[in-house]
Amino acid sequence: MIGENTHKRGLKQSVDWKLIGVYILLVLIGWVNIYASVHSDNPATIFDWSVRSGKQFVWMLTSFGLAGLILFVIPPRLWEGTSIPLYLFVCFLLVAVIFLSKDVKGSHSWFELGPVKFQPAEISKITTSLLLANVMSRQNFKLSQFKDFLLVAAIIGVPMLIIVAESETGSALVYAGFIFVLYREGFSGWWLALIGLVILLFITTLTISPYTSILILIGILTVCNAFMGPRKEFWKRIGIGAGFVTVMALLPWLWGLLQENVQGHLDWMTRVAWVPKAGESSGYRWSFLLKIKPMYVLLALSFLLLPILGVRAFRRKDGFLGLSIMAFIIGVALVFSTDFIFQNVLQDHQRSRIEVLLGMKEDLAGVGYNVNQSKIAIGSGGLTGKGFLQGTQTAFGFVPEQSTDFIFCTVGEEWGFLGCLVVVLLYVFLITRLILDAERCRESFTRIYGYCVASCIFMHLFINIGMTVGLMPVIGIPLPLLSYGGSSLWAFTILIFIFVALYRQEKKYF
Amino acid sequence: MTTDHRHTRLLIGLGVAAAILLAKLFSIQVLDDHYKADAEINSTVREMILPTRGVIYDRNGRILVGNKVAYDILVNPREVEEFDTLALATVLDVTPDFIRGKMDEYHRNRRKIGFQSVTMLKQVPAETYNRFAEVQYRFPGFRGQVRGIRDYPINAGGNLLGYVSEVNQAYIDKHPGEYRSGDYAGMTGIEAAREKDLRGEKGYHMYLRNSHNQIEQPYKDGAFDKEAVPGHDIVTTIDAELQQYGQELMQNKVGAIVAIEPETGEILALVSSPGIDVSQLADIGKYYEEISKNPYRPMYNRAVQASYPPGSVFKLVNGLVGLEEGVLRPEMMYPCSHGYHFGAGHKLGCHGHKSPLNMEESIMMSCNAYYCYVLKNILDNRKFDGDYGEAMDHWHDMVTSFGFGTKLGSDFPAELSGSIPTAKTYNRAYGKGRWNSTTVISLSIGQGEILATPMHLANFCAIVANRGHYYIPHIVKASEGVEIDPKYYEKQYTKVSLEHFPKVIKGMWRAVNSGAGMGGTAWIAHVDGLDICGKTGTAQNPRGADNSCFICFAPMDHPKIAIAAYVENGGFGATYAAPMASLMVEKYLKGEVKREDLEKRMKEANLMSRVKKD
Repeated sequence: MIGENTHKRGLKQSVDWKLIGVYILLVLIGWVNIYASVHSDNPATIFDWSVRSGKQFVWMLTSFGLAGLILFVIPPRLWEGTSIPLYLFVCFLLVAVIFLSKDVKGSHSWFELGPVKFQPAEISKITTSLLLANVMSRQNFKLSQFKDFLLVAAIIGVPMLIIVAESETGSALVYAGFIFVLYREGFSGWWLALIGLVILLFITTLTISPYTSILILIGILTVCNAFMGPRKEFWKRIGIGAGFVTVMALLPWLWGLLQENVQGHLDWMTRVAWVPKAGESSGYRWSFLLKIKPMYVLLALSFLLLPILGVRAFRRKDGFLGLSIMAFIIGVALVFSTDFIFQNVLQDHQRSRIEVLLGMKEDLAGVGYNVNQSKIAIGSGGLTGKGFLQGTQTAFGFVPEQSTDFIFCTVGEEWGFLGCLVVVLLYVFLITRLILDAERCRESFTRIYGYCVASCIFMHLFINIGMTVGLMPVIGIPLPLLSYGGSSLWAFTILIFIFVALYRQEKKYF
Repeated sequence: MTTDHRHTRLLIGLGVAAAILLAKLFSIQVLDDHYKADAEINSTVREMILPTRGVIYDRNGRILVGNKVAYDILVNPREVEEFDTLALATVLDVTPDFIRGKMDEYHRNRRKIGFQSVTMLKQVPAETYNRFAEVQYRFPGFRGQVRGIRDYPINAGGNLLGYVSEVNQAYIDKHPGEYRSGDYAGMTGIEAAREKDLRGEKGYHMYLRNSHNQIEQPYKDGAFDKEAVPGHDIVTTIDAELQQYGQELMQNKVGAIVAIEPETGEILALVSSPGIDVSQLADIGKYYEEISKNPYRPMYNRAVQASYPPGSVFKLVNGLVGLEEGVLRPEMMYPCSHGYHFGAGHKLGCHGHKSPLNMEESIMMSCNAYYCYVLKNILDNRKFDGDYGEAMDHWHDMVTSFGFGTKLGSDFPAELSGSIPTAKTYNRAYGKGRWNSTTVISLSIGQGEILATPMHLANFCAIVANRGHYYIPHIVKASEGVEIDPKYYEKQYTKVSLEHFPKVIKGMWRAVNSGAGMGGTAWIAHVDGLDICGKTGTAQNPRGADNSCFICFAPMDHPKIAIAAYVENGGFGATYAAPMASLMVEKYLKGEVKREDLEKRMKEANLMSRVKKD
């Protein structure tokens, strides 16, 4: 145990009190809103153990205790050293829970120990972050080395895959946030862009058309091509690309006109000149024209152009051109396989959630019900909200999971846009603070761990609020610190306070 | 690779992400109004306003079914606070366990009930309700609700009127969009047949509630409210006094009486006994169990559903068919030596009367043998060349043209068709070509495979009274806002020419009006000055004593009433059915009954012990 007298700097300087302040504020906001979301006509007090706010109060107090324990009792050095066994132990729990748990809404992810339930997936964020920080902070670690990259991918991928196997795809999605950590540690920004592009193509293919997706692909390649080329050719390249995209974009329209004319001509021939013989249908000779689609033209054009460009790239040793060709082919393959992935790889409920999100299906009674009711609740709050305990939508139970995943609805309804603004800004402050503190650290373990914490909170924040306002599909993950639930609150408390402790230790000695 | 500015880029990304969320929030919270409207609709409460159900009148404007007020005790489980169970139980006249049981049930179904009120007690008496109203403030969540229930000022036509009860799920599913749980609908009789006219339209008021589920104000100042539209009144063709009189006559007997006004086809009385007492109709739920367990099946409307062998009454039909086919002439004489002898020693017996006799006398005295000859003539008709099948089918067509063997198409629900055999019936039983007129000889006297409802018999009587045509019997008259099917105004003809009817009527007149000792089977039905024409029937009942049956109409010229009475296990047609029908006629045409001894005897007769229970 480290006594207070041995500090080189006092508590006041060494601990990020602003961070802790925001943490406490968010927890309190959550507690109040949990009370509001389940209050009934014969209101119990906010401390009543029989209602969720009362339980949350206990979770809150224990969390604060836990925070104190981590901050003052457990030596921060311990975390780095124990990160490997901790990680392995939690991975074991993740697997064990699949076999030992009851089926809760189709997923096997909860341990039940009498009255206490907890989800190992919550803790695995912590252990994964710790191990990631441990591995990446080693002296000879280089992300650009294939071996090291593979190690990192495994550390992130293993718990992620196990969680997917638990049918908790939502929680697994949070792990995608570690890409930001990798980016900060030198991972190429292109990867980030590439992932963004894949998602974009996936969405446009599903909602608009494969043709549009390919046009977007060509457009993006054009812009990249222009940037990579010599400066004086910039506008020339942009121009050629833009012209090409415009022509291709107009193609379906032109095609429509052409087909109309062909059809008109065929009709005219049938009426005036053509006498059908037995077995012949009208315009048999020209009707194949009507079957040609712009997509085929585009593909035919690519097949002609690609080898020519490929040969040119090879001769000139133009690496970027080669890469572009590869990217284009992969992009087209992706566009055409999207339908396959969507129909065959995704599970039914995931598909229907995406369909509703992308507006492909209006389904207010089924999957769309949650989102619609949540939007009604938030939307009805207006600018200033209905006031504390005055919300009708959440209190009457129109919104499902109102105190856990949809707690933000209560904030939106009772405190309005201003309340939402405050809550979102508090989170932004929290994450910013984490990033800036991490940047200030000299030990890369602390810095990387700090980024991991920030990424996790960011992913939860964006997915959860995005879900309640209909920007994201309905993915059942809690809003950090606000949502009801002991295991979630504890996990985020531990996650954050390990960083606070690590940070304090740095400040103390330097 | 430099990483210096990466954290700035990440922070910018964070800012952009937060901006996207906030922009979306701003758009749904501040810019877009439709979520607020949806929220209001989410939190409106609809208070249903129930329409008054239409009143049912008899043909003379007497109320058969009216409405009166009843009190239900409702409870909204979410508003209930802790209360003194014992005190509430005392006030409501129930046991504390009943209330506890109910509250437990609501707790179990709390998700289903939500914020709705549920009915805890139905139809409490006014004094109980008043007692409750005084102390209601002590029991938040509980309230009384006034509801219209059916009221029956006169004990006439329990089965006929039918009952109204709360709809069940099956009923709701069968009428999509029309009913909700807790609504009432007519389930049988006129209440069911005319449900659409009687029920009216529900209205509602919409209110906004706040987060404490308190009603705050009318939604949009009542712009979306809808007032209830009361149901249409129904005028029936029933004569309440006649109906009631018929029920009194039929008490403690099993059977039915159907009376029809021949010139319109309007049903004057439709008695089925034993029937449901009107006092049980208003609260059918309470008595349903008891009624449905009664071995005499009071729910079963014998007047339109029971298939009885018509017995000798059917001789008239065969006679008319014979006349039409030219195989019978009124002056034809046939012998009867206590029956009709056929085959090797077979005999269809008959009672003692003069022999030989002509058609008129055969009707008057109800000779069996005579009609055996008639049926034999019909089936052996040369025009069919000995093909019994064809002759049988032809006979079937003629008979069904009187409505027998078919549903008449009255507006009364659950009418059944009875049955008239065809050649197929016997081909199946005996094999094709292996039966002949003697095989089916019992058809001649209305036995065997012939089954008819009392309604069929009354309708047949009306046909004879009208000398050859009828109007489909019906029970609802057109009145303001209530239309009836135009088919009830159309004359229906049989396949027997009109000229033949007066010939049988003579016989029917003589059956009643020949005076005692002259051999007329229905002299007991005679009433001075009423010129009643009738025909008795005594049908064998495999389940005990013979059934007593009688049809008659009066007066002979311009008949006002045609009636059929059928008493199970009543013995001879003249024993019960004839006097009862005659009393009904007297009651209807004279307004009062002079033959008090006969009336008393009929009312007091108890045949229930003779009837085999199901």
